[in-house]
Amino acid sequence: MSIFFVIPMLIVLTYAFLTKGTYGGVQMIFTLKNFNVFFDPIFLKVLFRTIYISVIVTFFTVALAIPTAYYIARSKYKQELLILVIIPFWTNFLIRIYAWISILGSNGFLNTILIKLGIIETPLKLLYNTGSVVLITVYTSLPFAILPLYAIIEKFDFALVEAARDLGATNRQAFFKVFLPNIKSGIVTAVLFTFIPAMGSYAVPRLVGGTQATMLGNIIAQHLTVTRNWPLASAISAMLILVTSVALLIFMRSEKKSKEVSDE
Amino acid sequence: MNKRKTSLFFFTLSMIFFYLPLLILVAYSFNEGRSSAWQGFSLKWYKELFLYSDNIWKAFKYSLIIGIISSTTSTLIGTLGAIGLHWYNFKHKKYLKVITFLPLVIPDIILGVSLLIMFATIKLELGLTSIFIAHTTFNIPFVLFIVLSRLGEFDYSIVEAAYDLGANEMQTLKKIILPMLTPAIISGFLMSLTLSFDDFVTTFFVAGPGSSTLPLRIYSMIRLGVSPVVNALSVLLIVLSIALTLSTKSLQKYFVK
Repeated sequence: MSIFFVIPMLIVLTYAFLTKGTYGGVQMIFTLKNFNVFFDPIFLKVLFRTIYISVIVTFFTVALAIPTAYYIARSKYKQELLILVIIPFWTNFLIRIYAWISILGSNGFLNTILIKLGIIETPLKLLYNTGSVVLITVYTSLPFAILPLYAIIEKFDFALVEAARDLGATNRQAFFKVFLPNIKSGIVTAVLFTFIPAMGSYAVPRLVGGTQATMLGNIIAQHLTVTRNWPLASAISAMLILVTSVALLIFMRSEKKSKEVSDE
Repeated sequence: MNKRKTSLFFFTLSMIFFYLPLLILVAYSFNEGRSSAWQGFSLKWYKELFLYSDNIWKAFKYSLIIGIISSTTSTLIGTLGAIGLHWYNFKHKKYLKVITFLPLVIPDIILGVSLLIMFATIKLELGLTSIFIAHTTFNIPFVLFIVLSRLGEFDYSIVEAAYDLGANEMQTLKKIILPMLTPAIISGFLMSLTLSFDDFVTTFFVAGPGSSTLPLRIYSMIRLGVSPVVNALSVLLIVLSIALTLSTKSLQKYFVK
């Protein structure tokens, strides 16, 4: 059943230790050379940029998603409001990127308006930088963060907050000591659903990142299709698998813990 | 209460953030001119989309075919797999569960890269078949997950009752388990269909020349420069996703009742 998933991963892991053939392809020679890339300063720069962008994206997405999910869960019209989140969630991913290109582009909506209003004379360069990658990745991942948060906040018993208030907790204390710990597993899921796809971003940096915001995914694709150095692409992919697996392990551990807490 | 206002503020912010770009796209799709300056109302981009865009419709057709075949296959495998995982105990079940859920969280690009390398290793020519395999691969875990969570809330005594009344394993599966799972199976299928229709990254790696699905076509249109036909196409897809969301909701209501 999971054969189609496990076997390709194993092949990638194997390839990471093989040598690049002279004309593309691979030679069956064992080597650790591919891992030298992790000491290459250019590669390291991209790696750190990828982590940096993913962390910022995760922060903004989850920070926006918590109050939004809270509002929906507490509303009388939660079914209807939830639909408002699901529609962008089901709208084609590229269309959502494209919508932002038509807003931020040099002939885009924003520049046209600013020029008409006489605020600027020449179009601002709003696309092809780290900022546009962050903005658009937040945009595409927001529904993925809202939905798990909504699911857990909806189940949360708000009488607990009232109890805390009755026992003399301030609003702030009730929020940080009662509400947040109880929705922790939802937050962890939201973080995971945002952080991991962001780490593997390919389309967003490719379309709106320019040369400034190349990410790990773009490097992998480049080695795969342009330089045809498959072992190197595999080595980088293997590292990405490692990072996401570690994130997943942390997630499972925290799930277990929160289960133990609720069982007690 | 203060908290209510704060959350309303953020909620409104999110909604503006979600919908403003989409509304601007909708507005542009009716714009006469090519650029973003408004030059009057026109349906010419829709005309061009529906009458002169064979490439788009061919890609649409491929997406539809792959979407339907791969969601059917993955719904079948995923449902049976979920029942198997839930009801039968075997060695290393816990690890198998983790492995089946891994694709849910691993980045698309990893799946794309690994499948591409595997197809090259087994010398499978890239094309519709490779896209079909890829889509089925990433759809199965979603179906499995949805069906498994439904099985988790399932009252097992009904199954025992069926056995007590003399039903055999096959009869129980057909008459008790499958009907109870229907809503989950339907949502699994719709989820797969959407994912398959929407997937860009994995498909990008495993598609061969001449087998562009709709997202691949949109990607190349965006990269080649902004053609207003994309605006019209976007509106069509947005309308489609609204219709799908609403119909899923009413389907769910129908079954929950």
